[in-house]
Amino acid sequence: MKRHLISAADLSREDAIGVLDTAAELASVAGRPIRKLPTLRGRTVVNLFYEDSTRTRTSFEAAAKRLSADVINFSAKGSSVAKGESLKDTALTLEAMGADAIVIRHPASGAPHRLAGWVTGNVINAGDGTHEHPTQALLDAFTMRQRLASGGASGSGPAGAGLDGVRVTIVGDVLHSRVARSNVLLLSELGAEVTLVAPPTLMPYAVQTWPCDISYDLDAELGKSDVVMMLRVQHERMNAAYFPSIREYRRRYGLDTARMARLPDHAIVMHPGPMNRGVEIAAEVADSPRSTIVAQVANGVTVRMAVLYLMLGGAEETS
Amino acid sequence: MCAMTPQPGHELASGWKAVLTPEEIRRALSRLAHEILERTHGGDGVVLLGIPTRGVPLARRLAARMSAFEGVAVPVGSLDITLHRDDLRLRPARALGHTEVPPQGIDGKTVVLVDDVLFSGRTVRAALDALNDLGRPRAVQLAVLVDRGHRELPIRADYVGKNLPTAHREVIRVLLEETDGEDLVLLGERGTTP
Repeated sequence: MKRHLISAADLSREDAIGVLDTAAELASVAGRPIRKLPTLRGRTVVNLFYEDSTRTRTSFEAAAKRLSADVINFSAKGSSVAKGESLKDTALTLEAMGADAIVIRHPASGAPHRLAGWVTGNVINAGDGTHEHPTQALLDAFTMRQRLASGGASGSGPAGAGLDGVRVTIVGDVLHSRVARSNVLLLSELGAEVTLVAPPTLMPYAVQTWPCDISYDLDAELGKSDVVMMLRVQHERMNAAYFPSIREYRRRYGLDTARMARLPDHAIVMHPGPMNRGVEIAAEVADSPRSTIVAQVANGVTVRMAVLYLMLGGAEETS
Repeated sequence: MCAMTPQPGHELASGWKAVLTPEEIRRALSRLAHEILERTHGGDGVVLLGIPTRGVPLARRLAARMSAFEGVAVPVGSLDITLHRDDLRLRPARALGHTEVPPQGIDGKTVVLVDDVLFSGRTVRAALDALNDLGRPRAVQLAVLVDRGHRELPIRADYVGKNLPTAHREVIRVLLEETDGEDLVLLGERGTTP
């Protein structure tokens, strides 16, 4: 693996499968009486969060703690950032305190990339603006392999397997979604066929160059999907009217029980969270057995343990 | 690897020596199975845990022999020790092996750890740590196919297939049918390949 995990494109197919296989082994730790491994003892992981987050921050924290790393949580609120300290100065301060890895979430796309040029430790992107969220894509891929692969001794899908031929439909606010971008890059690398569905106003610029198909009609895609991933409508990032009304958006792009019934029997419904119940996903769908939303959270800890182990557990890859 | 059946001490072209033949491995494992049965009063409450990679097939073979000799069903599992190693930071992160504890668990059982070669003892130390996180066995014992000496920790094996005095610069390679296509134990110089 590379030194930093900034983009899902930093992962080759081999790297990505390595993360999934490692995660599959680490999953058994969650079922043990003692859910702790000594592997990262004496290492320090800093969670540097400039943006609100429940799942990702707690998930990284739990992952680091299960591997016995020391965790320093930093949120921009209530820190010197409020006094005007720059990202660089904050990062150098944290590094001087002995951070071996920095997990960063930032509202500006590209912030983790800049950070990686300033610090000597490993940088892990936990979501930057509308750019990328690679660990979310890894946990989504892990969940797909777990739920869709038949066989596999530990129930985590066959070791060494990718997602070849799996048809994934990603629906909703692609424009503002870092999850969509990371998923398209990672899933296509793993051999899945990805289709993005959104109103034309919520498709990103130059989306035709991405390694996926594009559609504006959700109903046409449902029947041939193994996975439907619903994205949150990100009102907080919308500074213009991208669609006439929530009601109209829901009617054309929301996943309700009638639409879910048209999915193939084995298909699963995913959502990276947080959900807007009643907007992009109906409550009955979110709570149905097809929904993997809770499993995604549990898998998030396991996959992040795998990433931390592979990046921090051994010696630096030199030569 | 070598076409003809090797004899003990048989020298390969590369300078490597076959120190255990397939027959000797078979006999050693049969004796180990008998010894385990004897020391544990017929394999009562025994769980065999192989240390990946080659400890796992060895544990399976021992269990098969124990049940053939005395008709006892011995649970077999595997115990990966990668995350408990003391030398993790000396090499890039390595892939994990599979840990599988038999459904009966290990609490109150006599766990026999099974590995191919006992050398520094550091693997066994890591295995004892890993075991600690899985439960509390009544006793832990160690069975190895080859003990090559040069211990760096106060650890010894309870059951030894073969004691092989070696020099530090030498390397032992255990080949097994399940993982390598043939049964053979080879001795050679560090930095060369058989």
